[in-house]
Amino acid sequence: MLIGLMVLGAGLATAFALKSFNENLMYFFSTTDVVEGKAPKDTLFRLGGMVIKGSVERPNDGMTVRFKLTDFSKDVTVEYTGILPDLFREGQGIVAHGKLNEQGVFIAEEVLAKHDENYMPPEVKDSLKKQPASVEGSKSSVTIGE
Amino acid sequence: MFLIPDPVVRFFHRMASPPHFYALTERLMPWLVVIFLLLTAAGLYGGLYLAPSDYQQGDSYRIIYIHVPSAWMSLFIYVVMAVAGAIGLVWRIKLAEIVAISSAPVGASFTFIALVTGSLWGKPMWGTWWVWDARLTSELILLFLYLGVIGLYGAIDDKRTASRAVAILALVGVVNIPIIHYSVEWWNTLHQGPTVTKMDKPSIHVSMLIPLLLMALSFKFYYLIALLQRARTELLLRERNAQWVKNMISEAK
Repeated sequence: MLIGLMVLGAGLATAFALKSFNENLMYFFSTTDVVEGKAPKDTLFRLGGMVIKGSVERPNDGMTVRFKLTDFSKDVTVEYTGILPDLFREGQGIVAHGKLNEQGVFIAEEVLAKHDENYMPPEVKDSLKKQPASVEGSKSSVTIGE
Repeated sequence: MFLIPDPVVRFFHRMASPPHFYALTERLMPWLVVIFLLLTAAGLYGGLYLAPSDYQQGDSYRIIYIHVPSAWMSLFIYVVMAVAGAIGLVWRIKLAEIVAISSAPVGASFTFIALVTGSLWGKPMWGTWWVWDARLTSELILLFLYLGVIGLYGAIDDKRTASRAVAILALVGVVNIPIIHYSVEWWNTLHQGPTVTKMDKPSIHVSMLIPLLLMALSFKFYYLIALLQRARTELLLRERNAQWVKNMISEAK
């Protein structure tokens, strides 16, 4: 009886803690959040999304990279100076840490690559590419268990 | 009691008797070690040699064969520990208490391995050793829960009282288990979603999946071996004044 109450109490406490920490536990904001103004101004936050194919450019031929991030509905331009992780490439999901400037460009201080949960040999990937609407579309349907 | 067949009931009654447990595990041990070695050899050969490299991560993904089974074991052992603790709490079965506390160091080790291998994997792939996202943070809390269980048990001299305190702590910590598993679905995390343990079919190629499952099974056997060895030592320590231990020692002389 006492133990049951203790477990119940701990469960409730955890539920409240999770509810109040929900925003901190949200590791990143989506690009739609930023476009709709839900992301914080003047403070550092994390922005997650997919690098749009063909959007990566290096304006000064130096270490600075500009690219567009999308969540398949709204886009945000990101600027970053530094070394990118190995998995950074066009069409890849990434998480950038930084803040917005006045022009609405996200100035990143850190770029992390987010890899997906699919593992397969390169040959399988190639053969999947030949059949349209298979793995390429799976990035947007990562929600599991419907 | 009405639904469980009689031989099964008798088996559990006999397993709960310390001398019988001690003798049986001694005979079982060589077989467990052989099965563990065969599974590990097959799993590592399959994972490091036979399995193809990944289309995106190349050969770096092969750390999955240690990282994922360790992470699974960290959750599995915690549940075993909490269930054994509850059984000890309710029915005062000495062996259940021993299984609970003997599981803690093994579970803590697997949690530590999962965290370290994850960190080693995160640096080349994500670009960072550590982030405070929900999956990584909740797994770190699991490590602290294990350490708390070990510490609490060591802090109380009377081991029967210590076992009851530890069981309550372990039971309260069970809320963390579903949080760890679903963290990647409930929140935006840097850690990707589940690959194998989901309703859909696993999103890992079968040639990579088979060694992974072999490694998971081999880790289960390792846990069983480590658990039994620890339980036997703990049992001898607790029963050092019992007649069956004295008989065994005098026979050995």
